[in-house]
Amino acid sequence: MVSFNILIAVALTYVAALFTVAFIAERRASAGHVGWLQSPIIYTLSLSIYCTAWTFYGAVGYAARSGLEFVTIYLGPTLVMIGWWWGLRKLVRIGRSQRITSIADLISSRFGKSTVLGVIVTVIAVVAATPYIALQLQSVTLSFAVFGQAGGQDWQDKDLNAAAIWVAVGLAVFTVLFGTRNLDANERHHGIVMAIAVEAVVKLLALLAVGVFVVWGVAGGPAAMLVRIDASDITLWQQSGGRWVSLIFLSAAAFLCLPRMFQVLVVENADERHLNVASWAFPLYLFLMSLFVVPIAVVGLDLLPPGSNPDLFVLTVPLSQGREGLAMLSFLGGFSSATSMVIVATIALATMVSNHIVVPLWLHLQADKGAVMSGDVRHVILLARRLSIAGVLALGFVYYRLSGGGTALAAIGLVSFTGAVQILPAMLGGIFWRGATRIGAALGLLTGLVVWLWTLFLPSFGLDAVISQTAMDAGPFGLHWLRPEALFGIIGMDPLVHGVMWSMLLNSGMFILGSLLSFPTPVERLQGAQFVNVFEHSTAARAWTTTSAGAEDLLIMAQRIIGSAEAQAIFQAEAVRQGKSGYLPEVTPEFVARLERQLAGSVGAATAHAMVGQLIGGSGVSVEDLIAVADEAAQILEYSSQLEAKSAEQARTASALRDANEKLTALSIQKDAFLSQISHELRTPMTSIRSFSEILRDADMSPQEQERYAGIIHDEAIRLTRLLDDLLDLAVLENGQVTLHRQTGNLAGLLDRALDAAGLHDGALEIVRQPAAEAVMLTSDLDRLAQVFINLIANARKYCDADRPKLKISVRAKGDAYHIDFVDNGSGIFPENQQLIFEKFSRVADQSKAGGAGLGLAICREIMHRLGGDISYLPGQYGAAFRVVVPKIWPGPGGR
Amino acid sequence: MNRAPKSPVFLERASYRQRRLRDAARLLPVLGAILWMIPLLWSRDQPAASTNADALLYTFGVWVALIVLSAVLSRGLRPDDATPLDTPD
Repeated sequence: MVSFNILIAVALTYVAALFTVAFIAERRASAGHVGWLQSPIIYTLSLSIYCTAWTFYGAVGYAARSGLEFVTIYLGPTLVMIGWWWGLRKLVRIGRSQRITSIADLISSRFGKSTVLGVIVTVIAVVAATPYIALQLQSVTLSFAVFGQAGGQDWQDKDLNAAAIWVAVGLAVFTVLFGTRNLDANERHHGIVMAIAVEAVVKLLALLAVGVFVVWGVAGGPAAMLVRIDASDITLWQQSGGRWVSLIFLSAAAFLCLPRMFQVLVVENADERHLNVASWAFPLYLFLMSLFVVPIAVVGLDLLPPGSNPDLFVLTVPLSQGREGLAMLSFLGGFSSATSMVIVATIALATMVSNHIVVPLWLHLQADKGAVMSGDVRHVILLARRLSIAGVLALGFVYYRLSGGGTALAAIGLVSFTGAVQILPAMLGGIFWRGATRIGAALGLLTGLVVWLWTLFLPSFGLDAVISQTAMDAGPFGLHWLRPEALFGIIGMDPLVHGVMWSMLLNSGMFILGSLLSFPTPVERLQGAQFVNVFEHSTAARAWTTTSAGAEDLLIMAQRIIGSAEAQAIFQAEAVRQGKSGYLPEVTPEFVARLERQLAGSVGAATAHAMVGQLIGGSGVSVEDLIAVADEAAQILEYSSQLEAKSAEQARTASALRDANEKLTALSIQKDAFLSQISHELRTPMTSIRSFSEILRDADMSPQEQERYAGIIHDEAIRLTRLLDDLLDLAVLENGQVTLHRQTGNLAGLLDRALDAAGLHDGALEIVRQPAAEAVMLTSDLDRLAQVFINLIANARKYCDADRPKLKISVRAKGDAYHIDFVDNGSGIFPENQQLIFEKFSRVADQSKAGGAGLGLAICREIMHRLGGDISYLPGQYGAAFRVVVPKIWPGPGGR
Repeated sequence: MNRAPKSPVFLERASYRQRRLRDAARLLPVLGAILWMIPLLWSRDQPAASTNADALLYTFGVWVALIVLSAVLSRGLRPDDATPLDTPD
């Protein structure tokens, strides 16, 4: 039999080991070797403080009493963790960007750094956590008692109380040592996190060991275990839907709202990516913790005499089988569960109490002594923390004594959860709804607190303890509808479901109503925007406008809060950023805001704001400033969109320039080609004229020959003249010197004339026309128009390369113009040439057929422009296609 | 005033996958809640009603499935570069 002294020795050794672990971790962290101290596994394990002694011992008791319902306490957190992308991610991001120190700080900071809200949340948290801490003390002392009885000692209340005191004192010492060693700028406790990670492993191993022993050692394997479970008296599934759903909700909400959970989830989080691993690893941990609960409960009920306390089966089952080593491990597991929870809960609560109650009070008292504070704030804060730790543990102990340590405590876990959950509406509203206001949050929190106290907390002390039997039955002062377990006359509900439902409904209702009806202060709106839009890069929050404070005053204050080394580092970094040397930077509003956030990491947002406010002279941000910031942002947006428009315009211009350049380059090449071409064109007839005229002059020849040579000279001269005519014509057209004659005529007649003039008598080109459409009258310079048509028809005759060339002329009236299309069936014009053909000097392909000099289409275009119409190439017609647009009635030369 | 920063309407394949992974991560707790509510529909009066072992195995089976799914999803999710990708869908 394990003697009680050995148990004490083991427990002390274990505690010493924890001290060592925490000490080493703290040393490594301060030396900068954080490495594996900040791994996702450590983070996940630190979350396991959710599993307290209530889990370790209580879950088995819960299962023995109410079947599978115990599992709801772990299903809720599982859902929250696997749904981390909804809420936890945002909470952690806000916690990091705003340097949140506790859940009270979150609420206070979100709602305009309100001190009042910080106080309310702190009070709720302390009231809700006290019974829970008492529960842990009870479980540790009970487990001592179990070993004491097994060793032959019979523990009296006196002994239990003494043990409880020792446990409480030991915990206080540990927490003070590692929880308040330093006032860190980011409120992280590497030593404690490491210690609770070790404890997490111990408690998991202990429970798994007992479970494995029960399933394989006692029952004889999983299959036999399942048979046993089916045969057992416990009815696992006896749920009323209401309780099942409420408990899952309750545990999920408590997981987010319990101060100790907030501490490890958000405050101690070193890296957002740790959530990624914890999202599945922590549910796995919960699963393993719950796996053997039912088997242990079933086997315990089978093995142990009726009337044994099922809450202690984890210890008593191994002991009854003579497995003392296992029982010892199990004891350490329970001890770990209790201590880790108490340590973190006290740190979280002490931070809240000192930041939101003690320091504001102290500041208030100091305020009389002038704006610049005297005294070491660090010292005050640390002292406040240590006293708060002692105070919270003392409260827990007092509660334990008052409640008598009886079985009434067992039910307190859920009551305590419900108390903590009152923070949920303000928290979720705060991070998802910009319209949530301070008034709404305060109303909701207070309503929830009152309803919770009345319906769950006070009745939990037992009948006639606080609320008299008559008040329970008939309501206070005979107000029937205020009965604690039947609010508004609705009877027959499970008291817990009743309390959860009404407190949450009224709490949320008041929160929403208060928010809708009130108007937030500027700081509130600023903070609201920063919290809700934490994932967007919002414009930097500027909470201060004037900077009357000297940098030196600020440095002195910062040193008092976060220590000289750290404060100087911050100031120096800022000075370097501003391009100054030394320690004193320019006091800009941005710097003050940043400094305030740094300080908030130590003393909470509300206190930091108040302290900075004292120095700055209390001139915070105003609505006008907020609007100015918004305007600035809008201006930047506007400016950037203008820039965007400008650059688009520039891109358009550049591409137009590029086009023009390409065209110019192409033209210049063409022009060179044309010059040689035209020299050639002029030279060829000149050469023949010269040679033939020489022959005529020198040689004796027959009259026939003379006639032939003279004819050649004549032809060549005509060709020359035509070329020169064209050049002249174009020049005249371009300079606007041409005289145009307004005439009215029939389009069909005009086309007939053009076809005749184009010399199509040889029938080489087949013409397809639409006589009906052509029978229209038009007013224009018909001679010039005919010239255009002739040119187009002649082009088709010259260049159409089909075997049986065909030209289709179609006419269509569109608006006040006619569209006359000339489409042949040749191979058309390549796209790259289409925009060039209307330029003068241009000619497509080098095949200089029929002496064209590349002027025809340029002349056509000039004519059409003069006539108020246009000529363009019509792509996609399976051949060369030109569209001539002629106004039905040309107003005349001066008409436009 | 156009406050929302201009963001692409359509995404390339990798970003699109990432978005859908996030959708899945958001829906997973909903799935879990539904699955754990299903036992409430079980009839308790019939003689062939579910046994203790059934209830136990079902609840814990769902749990394992959720853990596995969550582990698979979390491997693909990239929380670090969440910011630029977060707004459009």
